[in-house]
Amino acid sequence: MDIIRSFPGMSIMLCLFAGIISSGMKRKAACYLNSALILAVTAMNAAVLYYTVVTGEAFVFVMGKFPAPWGNELRAGMLEAAVAVLFCVIMLLSVWGGRKKLDEEVEAGKHNLYYVLLDLLLSSLLALVYTNDLFTAYVFVEINTISACGLIMIRQIGRTLEAAVRYMIMSLLGSGLLLLGICMLYDLTGHLLMSDIHEGVLRAAAVPEYRIPLVVSIALMVIGLSVKSALFPFHAWLPDAYGYSTVSSAAILSSLVSKGYIFLLIKIIYRVIGFEFFCNTHIINVLFIFGIAGIIFGSLSAIKENDIRRMIAFSSVAQIGYIYMGIGLGSEWGMAASVFHIFAHALGKALLFIAAIGLTDVSGCSRRFIEITGSGYRNKVAGLGFTVGSLSMVGIPVFAGFVSKLMFAKAAVGGYEKMLPTLIALAISTILNSIYFMKTVIRIYTPNPDASYGSVTIGGEKQYALVIILFVVFNIFFGMMSQPIADVIHAGIAVLG
Amino acid sequence: MSRRKTNKEYEHTFAFRFFRWLNGEKDPYLNEVEMKPQHYEGPSDETKAEWEREHKEMLERVYDTEHNALLKFSRIAYRVAAVLFCIMLVAVLLITVSYLPPVGNPNNPADNVVAERYIEKGLKETGAVNIVSGMILTYRAFDTFGETNVLFIATTCVMVLLMLDDAILKRQEVKNDRRFEPKNDAILQVIAMILCPIIFIFGIYVILNGHLGPGGGFSGGAIMGAGLILYVSAFGFKSTQRFFNEEVYKVAKITALCMYGLIGSYFYFTGGNGIENHIPLGIPGHILSSGIILPINICVGLEVACTMYAFYALFRRGGL
Repeated sequence: MDIIRSFPGMSIMLCLFAGIISSGMKRKAACYLNSALILAVTAMNAAVLYYTVVTGEAFVFVMGKFPAPWGNELRAGMLEAAVAVLFCVIMLLSVWGGRKKLDEEVEAGKHNLYYVLLDLLLSSLLALVYTNDLFTAYVFVEINTISACGLIMIRQIGRTLEAAVRYMIMSLLGSGLLLLGICMLYDLTGHLLMSDIHEGVLRAAAVPEYRIPLVVSIALMVIGLSVKSALFPFHAWLPDAYGYSTVSSAAILSSLVSKGYIFLLIKIIYRVIGFEFFCNTHIINVLFIFGIAGIIFGSLSAIKENDIRRMIAFSSVAQIGYIYMGIGLGSEWGMAASVFHIFAHALGKALLFIAAIGLTDVSGCSRRFIEITGSGYRNKVAGLGFTVGSLSMVGIPVFAGFVSKLMFAKAAVGGYEKMLPTLIALAISTILNSIYFMKTVIRIYTPNPDASYGSVTIGGEKQYALVIILFVVFNIFFGMMSQPIADVIHAGIAVLG
Repeated sequence: MSRRKTNKEYEHTFAFRFFRWLNGEKDPYLNEVEMKPQHYEGPSDETKAEWEREHKEMLERVYDTEHNALLKFSRIAYRVAAVLFCIMLVAVLLITVSYLPPVGNPNNPADNVVAERYIEKGLKETGAVNIVSGMILTYRAFDTFGETNVLFIATTCVMVLLMLDDAILKRQEVKNDRRFEPKNDAILQVIAMILCPIIFIFGIYVILNGHLGPGGGFSGGAIMGAGLILYVSAFGFKSTQRFFNEEVYKVAKITALCMYGLIGSYFYFTGGNGIENHIPLGIPGHILSSGIILPINICVGLEVACTMYAFYALFRRGGL
């Protein structure tokens, strides 16, 4: 089974090849190539997941003839493989679910470019997940940023262009801070390989005068990545970018791109800085406080919103807040809860975006709440999808969101001074979440007496219905079968450090 | 006994034209070169003034600071906070830098094993006299493939943003091409005729010598791209498209990246699985040496040249 060890590298290279070749293809061919690619990559990563779970340890794959500190290296454990599989699956479903909308909203000659962007985005996400080298991570962060920008602006209306410019500025600021942090760490340790930097950090931390540059470089990296993943005070770019881009892009951006950066941050915390050292700096408290602020303010903004897609976008701010709150708890349980919430949010948010587009389509393409009244009857499968997504986000048992909230609460009980704020934040946010999500669910199931809009049957949009049902099944699967998944996450975190 | 030329014959000689130019009797460009003042096609000055007025009015209405005290306060507070934040960030970074270990101090915490091996064994292991090339294209070939793809994705994004439909492009061509530049500028054309071949040859030299001296795919490709841009601004898109149109661009770009990817994959996966790869390193210093560096340099050079030219063409007219 040694061939499985090459699969992480092979899947990254396959994505890059597919992107390159798609740029010379027609729309249909590029589209089929994209689906085939994602299926193949999913299978490969599932094999890696199986292999790592069976062997119970992580493995290293050297990219080239020269071993680690001199050459490039990839490293795969259970957690990396699980995240990679999830990313592939969600990307495939998001692309399928938004294909009809994509055909309408993107200019005729540019469809193949969309698939180029998707292929390269997938390659960069996989590289962020698997890399064991900070500079490789930076290179693929660049690819990720630029392709995400292209995904926003491929639907060319004023709001998306403005959103793309905002996204570009904020995201490049984040990349710049990340690069500054990497440079300082390189100056202190002389390494770019994660495990070797970790040794260097331990050496430098022993000298008191190097503590300041060490902490500043960690802070720069953390701030850079949190700007890119839209932690609360840096979320100004998010609502328009998610709210107006074409629906596949919105689903992919919210559930994959920001999560890729968060996963890189988790890798940096464990593999570069060391969890102990990171917990002893005060950065963790800052993350905790801004996470909680993000939960509250994101939810409040979502309540005020009168546009269903922007409401879902603001809800992302709140959910990202949860993830940072879990990281900020500073315990392994908190981290496991964060990772599970990455899964739960990715599944729920992609489902919500795709279901919302079905609802607005049967309401004359208006996103205002008054227009979508009763749309749950007009497009039944979208109504079902939206309801399940909402219930999952609010945290109702049986759905994925409940398990992550339970894990957060469990993690909070273990911590001392952070227990009360976490539990209060969870309680408040559950109420706020249910206000805006249940309001929407009630509205889409309120019969509209003067319904002048046509309705859609499931048979009419088979692919769309299939995607929604698969998402619903995954959500329920993650909610019901949480224990094995949590076990994999715990084992993955254990081999990460 | 020299034969005297008649006046009429003399007027055809080089000496006559030279002395006429020397005495300033005739401007050599007058009536020879098209010297039309640039013609601007676009909105007239009145419409522009109208736009400006509307824009101003809109700003005044949106940011009505005289009647909106909160807005006035927040605008001032925002600016002050921004300045203070920047000063604080600068201060923090400066303080941090002052704590960083001094360069070249033997007691530094930094570990030198990586740089040491690159310098000491680089020539032997990669066969490249230029250590930097050896490092980025052999030791860290995967990063560099990523970096090349950054260029590729950047052109894709610019295409998403700026590429126009073929029909629009054709219509614009008749009307709008060279809006901002004089047509068929003789001086530029003569200079370009002399310079372009030299630039191309120099670019090729820099690419092919990447492993022997300073240079490589990125810098050589940039030089070639600059040559292409000079050519297109002198002779226009019509004559450039005779040898470099969208098809050629696509073929060149895809071939270059795929070649790099294939060479890279062979190198990574044989290396990663512990299989001996059969890439000869050659004799250091020879042009055909240093294993995968030379072919990769050629691929990178092609890709970079294409990218540079594509950026220029897309920004200038929205198509290749």
